[in-house]
Amino acid sequence: MNDALPLGDSPLRSIDDVEQGLGEAGYIANRQISTAIYMAHHLQKPILVEGPAGVGKTELAKSVASWLKLPLIRMQCYEGLDESKALYEWKYGKQLLYTQILKDKINSVIGDADDLATALNKLHSFGDVFFSHQFLEPRPLLRSLQEPGGSVLLIDEIDKSDQEFEAFLLEILSDYQVTIPEIGTVGAIVPPIVLLTSNSTRDLGDALKRRCLHLHIGFPDDKLEAKIIASRVPGIDARLLKQLVSFAQQLRAMDLKKVPSVSETIDWAKVMLLLHTSVLEVDLVRDTLNVLLKFEADIEVAGKQLAGLTHKARQDAGVA
Amino acid sequence: MATVAPATEPLRRFLQVARGAGLRVSAAEGIDAARAVDLIGYEDRAVLKDTLGLVLAKTPDEKALYDEAFDLYFKRDEFAGKDDPGDDDNAPASDQDPASNPAGGPGGDGMGGQGGQSLGALLASDDRAALATAMEQAAREAGIENIRFFTQKNLYARRILDRMGLRALERDMEAMRQTGTPEGLGRAQFLDGKVEALRDSVRDFVERNLLLFAKGDTEKFREELLKSARLSNLERRDLDRMRVLVRQMAKKLAARYAKTRRRRLRGQLDTRRTLRRNMGWGGIPFITVWKQKRIEKPRVMVLCDVSGSVAAMAQFLLMFLYALNEALSDIRSFAFAGSLIEVSEILEKEPVEEAITKIMSLIGFGSSNYGNSFADFEDGWMRFVTNKTTVIILGDARGNRTDPRTEIIARLSQRSKRIIWLNPEYRSAWGTGDSDMYRYAPFCNLVTVCNTLRHLERAITDILEDAV
Repeated sequence: MNDALPLGDSPLRSIDDVEQGLGEAGYIANRQISTAIYMAHHLQKPILVEGPAGVGKTELAKSVASWLKLPLIRMQCYEGLDESKALYEWKYGKQLLYTQILKDKINSVIGDADDLATALNKLHSFGDVFFSHQFLEPRPLLRSLQEPGGSVLLIDEIDKSDQEFEAFLLEILSDYQVTIPEIGTVGAIVPPIVLLTSNSTRDLGDALKRRCLHLHIGFPDDKLEAKIIASRVPGIDARLLKQLVSFAQQLRAMDLKKVPSVSETIDWAKVMLLLHTSVLEVDLVRDTLNVLLKFEADIEVAGKQLAGLTHKARQDAGVA
Repeated sequence: MATVAPATEPLRRFLQVARGAGLRVSAAEGIDAARAVDLIGYEDRAVLKDTLGLVLAKTPDEKALYDEAFDLYFKRDEFAGKDDPGDDDNAPASDQDPASNPAGGPGGDGMGGQGGQSLGALLASDDRAALATAMEQAAREAGIENIRFFTQKNLYARRILDRMGLRALERDMEAMRQTGTPEGLGRAQFLDGKVEALRDSVRDFVERNLLLFAKGDTEKFREELLKSARLSNLERRDLDRMRVLVRQMAKKLAARYAKTRRRRLRGQLDTRRTLRRNMGWGGIPFITVWKQKRIEKPRVMVLCDVSGSVAAMAQFLLMFLYALNEALSDIRSFAFAGSLIEVSEILEKEPVEEAITKIMSLIGFGSSNYGNSFADFEDGWMRFVTNKTTVIILGDARGNRTDPRTEIIARLSQRSKRIIWLNPEYRSAWGTGDSDMYRYAPFCNLVTVCNTLRHLERAITDILEDAV
């Protein structure tokens, strides 16, 4: 079972390998995250990734794909998403066109039949022509099952989809197969690595959770965050980096509507790099605060304490 | 950890612990856990913790519970190894030998025939690792994982000590004292101290296990009790727990009823879906599919009596309703005693607990006048009542002998979808004294006793279920 994936000389030999591999792909993972990926591969189970927005849930899937050199197939969930958009769709146009073209041929097929029964029988032998793989338009789920070399399937923001859709996913999540009524059951050529992400806007069903490994990614601590930013924004001054991280971590401790997440700190670091800054100044911070905070009320709250926050950040980084 | 058990044994026991701590671990997840452990083994504790966490704990709350349970469970075998270097070496070196052989093991050496002697030797040797192993094994034999209540602590401690061979040791010590020689007496006294220490550590051990195996059960027991306790009799220290419970219940209900969608029978044609639905007939639309969906949520107006004893109940009803915000489309709440005011805004802006105090200071505590309050309602808000509105009235219907104005309730019942009256008094008290309950009852679709959390849950479930 464990060797079912053809990644025999697989880069997924140990948890450390995973951590290192993800690092090479530009994703700084802690041990929990690497363990999850390792387990997902060896137990062949999907991972449900939860956590606040912007901590790198989606990024994780991208990095796994780029590291393992597998195609990433992404399915964004939204309310009203149904199987015809997620799984497969018939090519109606093609089907219609073909019926028109083949109309003439039908006479030649059943022309020599003596009675209705024979004609019907002859037709039946062609019956499934129009409901076959040629007329099937694969959508993300089916595509990832059909990928010959395996794939990384990212089901993004599953909490945005309807409950019915969640139930529909169960088959693919537990058995890596889907049932298409007209054709039958389609199994995976190579079981994909499946990641589901959720922002917990609603509680997911127990049935879904039971089938998944559950990984919670929270905000990183200052060291990890510094590492992440350094890898994402190469060329940033180490002392500036420390100030930025300290500042962001302080903001997270405040009572804000939406605290800045890692992606926002990264953006901020990019801005600082563009502005050729090396030391945080109160005025500069005030001008660029909208990169970090996305609500007017938050900016107002933080704005009052900017001097203190900046000072503390500079102190932490050892800048006078 | 004693390696007598097969490799899966510690895991099985840990699963039991996890369930005891309140995690919901299904059989399938248990199997996953076993497969995961097969893969990574027990050696690296940190990796093991992460791995089992992935498989077993599926919400942030569960993660916290899990971390606690894991640390508690796996700490037990840590202390076996840690204190190994003996600090005080009373024991001669030769005694180390039987000590390395766990006391429970029948294959002891020369001394090991009698349990008492080997326990004595163990104590004398002061080999804590071996003692811990012996204790662990005795505990397993005594079925420590079945411990549920703190009253069982002594029972289990006694059982464990017995299985470790304390009785035999006590007999031996008695014999030593009988000899009367200073050597025998000294030896007995020395062992006395050791036995006392052993008792303490066994008691500690049992307590840890109680925490481990029974924490969830005790909590659950307490919660069950609270759910059926009369809300007016609640003690202050239980209030916080009650609030958590209310929120949990509301969350559960909200998740269940949040999306009562009905596809309308008419409206705009959904071409794509219609074609698809009729593929089987070559695309001839026998069955039509419509685009429009309607979300059905009940509209609720709540009239709460906030005088005296009903106030406690009102607090929880309002808390419940506001926690249900997701499942309800429109809540308007009113508080009354002598007269009636709308309090929706206060409740929306402030956390329920503070809002309640504020409302109380505005209008609470007066003597209630139902007729007057209903008249206020009719003047100000009757026009907002539609045939989709569910009106909930919470009160004991004791108007201090004022005019009950039942005709207002009659009009209200004609306008609204239905009226539900929740009365915190028991049925036997209705209609006695100044209670007008039976005067109002004919105009209500449902009149029910409601004075515990469980009643409240049932009443609100009814409201949500009938949402059409």
